[in-house]
Amino acid sequence: MAIAAEGQARVELENPLTAGLERLPVAPASLVIFGATGDLSRRKLLPALYNLAHEGVLPGHFHVIGVARRERADEDFAEECVEAIRRFSRRPPDPDVLESLRANIRYVPGTFDDESVYQRLSEILDGFEGEVGEPLNRLFYLSTSPDFFPVIVKELGRSELAHHERVAVRVVIEKPFGTTLQEARELNETVLSIFDESQVFRIDHYLGKETVQNMLAFRFANGMFEPLWNRNYIDSVQITAAEDIGIGSRADYYDRAGALRDLIQNHMLQLLCHVAMEPPGSFTAEDVRNEKVKVLHAIPEPSAGEVAEIAVRAQYGPGHAGGEDVPGYLEEEGVPGDSHTETYAALRLEVDNWRWAGVPFYLRTGKRLARKVTEIAVTLKPVPHLAFSQDGSLGVRPNQLVLTLQPNEGVSLSLGAKIPGTRMIIRPVRMEFQYGSSFLSQSPEAYERLIADVMRGDATLFTRNDEVEAQWRICDPIVGSWSASSERLPSYEAGSQGPEEANGLLLGDDRWRAI
Amino acid sequence: MGTADAVWSAEATTPDEIEAALRGLLLEAHTHDERVVPARVLNMIAFVDRAWAGEIANRLRGVGRYHASRMLVLSYEPGRRSLDARVTISTDDSSASEELSLLRETVVVELGDIHLDDLLTIADPLVVTDMPTLLWSPHGHHEVLSELLELSQAVLLDSVEEPDPAEALRWSRQLGEQAYVVDLAWLRSTPWRERVAASFDPPAHRRELLTISALTVRHHPASTAAALLLTGWLASRLGWREATLLAHGQALRGRAHADRQDIALHLQAAPELMVPGLESVAIETAAGRSLRLTRGPGGLRAHTRQGDGGTLEWILPGASRGEGGVLGEGIRQALLRDPTYVPALDAALAMAG
Repeated sequence: MAIAAEGQARVELENPLTAGLERLPVAPASLVIFGATGDLSRRKLLPALYNLAHEGVLPGHFHVIGVARRERADEDFAEECVEAIRRFSRRPPDPDVLESLRANIRYVPGTFDDESVYQRLSEILDGFEGEVGEPLNRLFYLSTSPDFFPVIVKELGRSELAHHERVAVRVVIEKPFGTTLQEARELNETVLSIFDESQVFRIDHYLGKETVQNMLAFRFANGMFEPLWNRNYIDSVQITAAEDIGIGSRADYYDRAGALRDLIQNHMLQLLCHVAMEPPGSFTAEDVRNEKVKVLHAIPEPSAGEVAEIAVRAQYGPGHAGGEDVPGYLEEEGVPGDSHTETYAALRLEVDNWRWAGVPFYLRTGKRLARKVTEIAVTLKPVPHLAFSQDGSLGVRPNQLVLTLQPNEGVSLSLGAKIPGTRMIIRPVRMEFQYGSSFLSQSPEAYERLIADVMRGDATLFTRNDEVEAQWRICDPIVGSWSASSERLPSYEAGSQGPEEANGLLLGDDRWRAI
Repeated sequence: MGTADAVWSAEATTPDEIEAALRGLLLEAHTHDERVVPARVLNMIAFVDRAWAGEIANRLRGVGRYHASRMLVLSYEPGRRSLDARVTISTDDSSASEELSLLRETVVVELGDIHLDDLLTIADPLVVTDMPTLLWSPHGHHEVLSELLELSQAVLLDSVEEPDPAEALRWSRQLGEQAYVVDLAWLRSTPWRERVAASFDPPAHRRELLTISALTVRHHPASTAAALLLTGWLASRLGWREATLLAHGQALRGRAHADRQDIALHLQAAPELMVPGLESVAIETAAGRSLRLTRGPGGLRAHTRQGDGGTLEWILPGASRGEGGVLGEGIRQALLRDPTYVPALDAALAMAG
């Protein structure tokens, strides 16, 4: 029996009933969403909550409280939530499950700096606990403009909502976590003056994707790759996050952020960490994050003079996408005509440690490129000698391992193989592994996994304070250099592979993979 | 999803011809559309009575994405002398142009008594080597199941489909000596086990597990085995020493023994329940606290009574998976290993006598 017997009354007992369960219990909780009527909440958070309810993951006592500026009744907000779930859920909602979720939705109107909002929140949270007769964990999800992050955090502290002596209180902070190193530091200082780091969950939804987690399994559960996973066998690593769409209606946010802040500073550096990190001692939050921080610290901070050598930015011009003429960035609605915001960014980074010295890591991201794809391509060094004639064939190419995150999650490995016939002619072939189809199941949305992890208090897939600052340490000089420059940005045609200038980052015979 | 099928069929054929046809169809599909690739993780062999093969096909269609990569249906018809086969390769033709396309391989072999002695040599060439194989014989045929076990790493069964629950549990135990058993009766109880575990998970409630004094499980009249398994699960996890349960009309009653007190056990048929599985689970503690979970639309209904008499009711949300979902989960579970089933089964067997 796994439970302690008499005489051990002061020892916290394990729950022997959780053994063998795939889904561990989630403690009863109330979730407060600041910015509850925004796009992220409607498209991602609420559908994720529904799907967790559908699968029986949500705790029995679970409440959602939305906070936003506009006045509306609880019922009206609940109806908006239901509509959003019906529209954006990955599965058609079950009416009974949806109804049980709707019954526990409340709304608090007001601005985020309004003390009465927090007083009202406190009353509602206490009321829920009174109803169920036990304290409930409290989760505060900051799904607002980043300008409000410090405001909300301070108000949570001032109103004594940031701590509770009997239950866990956690705060979830969306990206971007600062727009410069200085801002990130200040935000960390503010957050950590109110909350303990163990209470803080900085979300990067890429980390909730199955394929990103699978990278760790791929690297550390397969003996065949680890011996090759170093500078002796790997020639280069390319990480691409390309989108075929423009900025849509996000001009206000995007023109202030740009491609580097939007994707490279957070998601893409996280992907780089997963490729380059050493095996952690265990898969606990601290061990995994310690290893990622070591990678980030091994990437030299670029000096102002180096930025032009290792970084390229550009803006998309008019072009063709999806069979239609599309406008250039400067013609998009809401974008200032003289904007210097980059819609494409590419970097060449190095990880200066024993394993990776001399291996270039190429990162690129952009809007309005030829195709939507997010992938990591690891190119191995070519064989030292080839006995076969390459005449009349595509020839032998270095092996390439490609981990694809979007549009379909999977892994492919390119190999050289003989073309059937009398001559020894080699061509590359691909071995494919499609994640969803091979595992008989659909990958859950990243937000489902991450919200469940917050409720369980597992921070492994969240970014720690020093990790965020280490990311900014790499990007800040580039942001600074680009901001200070008044040079006209290179342009690339919408629907293309990106700017020619990006080729200048490549070393030796390296080539960008076709998007 | 939209599917495009490539089909081959033959009468009086051989396993070699069938296997060659499979390879040919796959090559043809890939040549026609290079996005088409086999997604291989699990073989499944179903031995079914031909008279009920349509019903089984319907059940397998209902599992959605949780299908085996290669499905081999051995359709048995007494008196048949010809070995006929039909091979279908289905691809999802609705995926985006650059995406890989999902591919399913289904082989239906029609056979009769004269083929049963050579069943292993018929099935063996038709499963993908070095890939786990799940075996399912939904219409009994224990002797055939035993024969095909040599090819299989996991066996799918449903303990509630045997008329005698004790016999069903013994059969599962026997199979478990040779392969990993995925029991649909056990999987139907997963939400119940999760919610019971969650109810006692807050540190303040964990100690109450030591003070459980009564357990009542109401179940579909044909699902006594499921109720026994749930009771066996609690007994094995909490270290109860079991006693044999005795029949009282449509109920089984008895007492298990814990360190501090006995636990009154009551397994009662619920004739109003129309689907296999459990209707409710009620747990009482020596301190007078009780928890009752009852099946309902949109999830389980929870009802608690505190030691001071205060009560509370709420819903534990969760959509029903339906029997198709349960079967799909059974197929998925062939890739996993649940270490708590066998101890629960042993405890259930001890109680079933």
